Amino acid sequence: MAQVFHPSTNTISKFSIVGGLLGLTVFCTLWFGFNLTYGNRLYVPLEQPVQFSHKHHVKDDGIDCRYCHTSVDKSSFANIPPTETCMTCHSQIWSDSPLLEPVRESWRTGRPIAWTRVHDLPDFVYFNHSIHVQKGVSCVSCHGQVDEMPITWRAKTLTMSWCLDCHKDPAKNLRPRSEVYNLSYVPPANQPELGAQLVREYHVLPRQQLTNCSICHR
Amino acid sequence: MAKKARAINASAQAASAGTLTAPGGTGIVPAPGHAAPPVPVGDEETFAIIEPGHTYGSISQKISEIILHGNLWTGWLVGLAMTVSLLLLMLTALSMVILQGVGMWGINIPVGWGFDIISFVWWIGIGHAGTLISAILLLFHQNWRTSINRFAEAMTIFAVMCAGMYPLLHLGRHQYAYWMFPVPNTMQLWPQFRSPLIWDVFAVSTYFTVSATFWYVGLIPDLATLRDRATNRFAKIIYGVFALGWRGSAKHWHRYTAIYLLLAAISTPLVLSVHSVISFDFSVGIVPGWHSTIFPPYFVAGAIFAGFAFVLILAIPMRALCNLRDVITMKHLENCGKVMLATGMVVFYGYLMELFMGYFSRNTYEQYMTTNRMVGPYGPSYWALFFCNGFAPQILWFRKMRTNIPCLFIVSLIVSVGMFLERFVIIVVSLHRDYLPAAWGMYYPTFWDWAQFIGSIGLFSTLFLLFVRVLPSISMAEVRELVHHEGHTAGAGEVAYEEAETSGDGQTTGSNLKPRPAQA
Repeated sequence: MAQVFHPSTNTISKFSIVGGLLGLTVFCTLWFGFNLTYGNRLYVPLEQPVQFSHKHHVKDDGIDCRYCHTSVDKSSFANIPPTETCMTCHSQIWSDSPLLEPVRESWRTGRPIAWTRVHDLPDFVYFNHSIHVQKGVSCVSCHGQVDEMPITWRAKTLTMSWCLDCHKDPAKNLRPRSEVYNLSYVPPANQPELGAQLVREYHVLPRQQLTNCSICHR
Repeated sequence: MAKKARAINASAQAASAGTLTAPGGTGIVPAPGHAAPPVPVGDEETFAIIEPGHTYGSISQKISEIILHGNLWTGWLVGLAMTVSLLLLMLTALSMVILQGVGMWGINIPVGWGFDIISFVWWIGIGHAGTLISAILLLFHQNWRTSINRFAEAMTIFAVMCAGMYPLLHLGRHQYAYWMFPVPNTMQLWPQFRSPLIWDVFAVSTYFTVSATFWYVGLIPDLATLRDRATNRFAKIIYGVFALGWRGSAKHWHRYTAIYLLLAAISTPLVLSVHSVISFDFSVGIVPGWHSTIFPPYFVAGAIFAGFAFVLILAIPMRALCNLRDVITMKHLENCGKVMLATGMVVFYGYLMELFMGYFSRNTYEQYMTTNRMVGPYGPSYWALFFCNGFAPQILWFRKMRTNIPCLFIVSLIVSVGMFLERFVIIVVSLHRDYLPAAWGMYYPTFWDWAQFIGSIGLFSTLFLLFVRVLPSISMAEVRELVHHEGHTAGAGEVAYEEAETSGDGQTTGSNLKPRPAQA
């Protein structure tokens, strides 16, 4: 019977071992990279019932975050504003705009607008907005610069490792309470000292407690 | 140049293999008229390591014949049909547990570990004999191991596969099984290295990896022999791919011997460490009946005890069905019996020492646990354990019994049951009486517990039957070496030497040797 393997098989098999290992490495790298960005649907503008622009309302009009998200510094939940909040202005201005028809319809029928949620943490995570705001964590730290977003997208992954990056060393992200809602705040050069001082001043918990499982998983 | 020379050499091998193998032969015993080696047949048993009269060629012929021209079909198919039905039962139980959750089993608080962990420890224990035979006995130059190491290693690998399934199912949330490994992940979760359950993951995965590598490296020369002797092109390609281009050159043998010894040295500590770590799952916990320093040595001895019993359970039918009585001889069976007796005594000592410590500790809970084992609701399982592992193996003190095949087989079965009972007594009987009487409870295995356990025997047997059919269940290369060594001592060596001289470069796979009648 003829020989089943050509002598070149030796070379082919050596290259396929190297190629397989290289391919596996490349695949793992790409997979990990994909999961950290597109896998989390970052920077993807989300379709909403009304084309609401944070950029227009915050940057151009200068409306404070808390005008709409009233409970952000008092409760775990930074509320989605009710239609009435929109109508405080839009009963007077742009009151005939076709873009705002869903808002007026909601106002007439009393049925809330079904916004598409941008940040939806799993139910086993207990996140409290007010404690973060009170300790000097800005809106920007988690939501990005919403005043630059014509339509809102997700700016951070909100993965557990991303949360822990800050919980392990919060000082690098803290700012004075007065600057929490300042979306264009630039950290000063002495951020390490300022952060350490704010940790003391605001009684931020030590790392061991901030990284305890039951801080977030209760 | 070199490549061409290799190709020519290989084709020369293939050609000479063609002259040796009987293409039309269907039986294990070669048909008359071909250049058939004098294969000893008949029922007489020998106490030699290998039946005298074998040559390099007759060994290759006899063992590869089982795979390449075997007529095991009817018996093998009936066996496979039975084991596959058991495997299907296991798959049903597996799906049930995955879909419905571990509540399908009888486990609940206070008995949170039931048949799943019992079967896990039972299977892992069985594997240990394979590693002991292949690694420790190799390093100690016990050359009787040669005929039984291949299938014993296969037994190890398949047993570890059966065992590995149970902790995964036991998790309840199978999709998170990877959390037990230190894999970089977006949760920054890391295993708790202070937990014996994590040590378990590493012990078992190391065990599987090392055993599988050892087994495969040992198979390479035999795969080359099969490649050269196969007449079917498809078989040639498959065996050839897995033989990794083995040509049997001196360089190949040199590297092979080095890596084989190295792997044996790596495997050796695993014989002791794996089951020690498994015993830590219990002894680190503060449960009366678990929290005991005797556990690691007593678990290791128990593992080897159970493993050798399983080697006998597999070897006795296999040597009869594949007509291997001249290679797996009475000496092997007797030696397995001796190892069982010795390790069985260690295990029995462990039982007696547990009894003594119950009294000697002066601890209420320890004393209660010991009494409860004997006269509690699960009392019969304790006495059955004493019979199976303590008293039944004592019959092996008598050489007449040790060399009586039905007796050895029955004792092995009894020991296997006994080792299952041992884990039942340790796990269930210790857990079912908690510290507070209000938390006491009972454990009864459900249908799915039994289906999962019996089904895993089906998984094991299916894998084993497939192994016997497609791979040499006895290491041809090593047995040829054994024939060579035995030739030195028994005076039959001239045959072997003569062949080696006349065979040219391809002699190392043994496939182009013209078998000649033995002169001794």
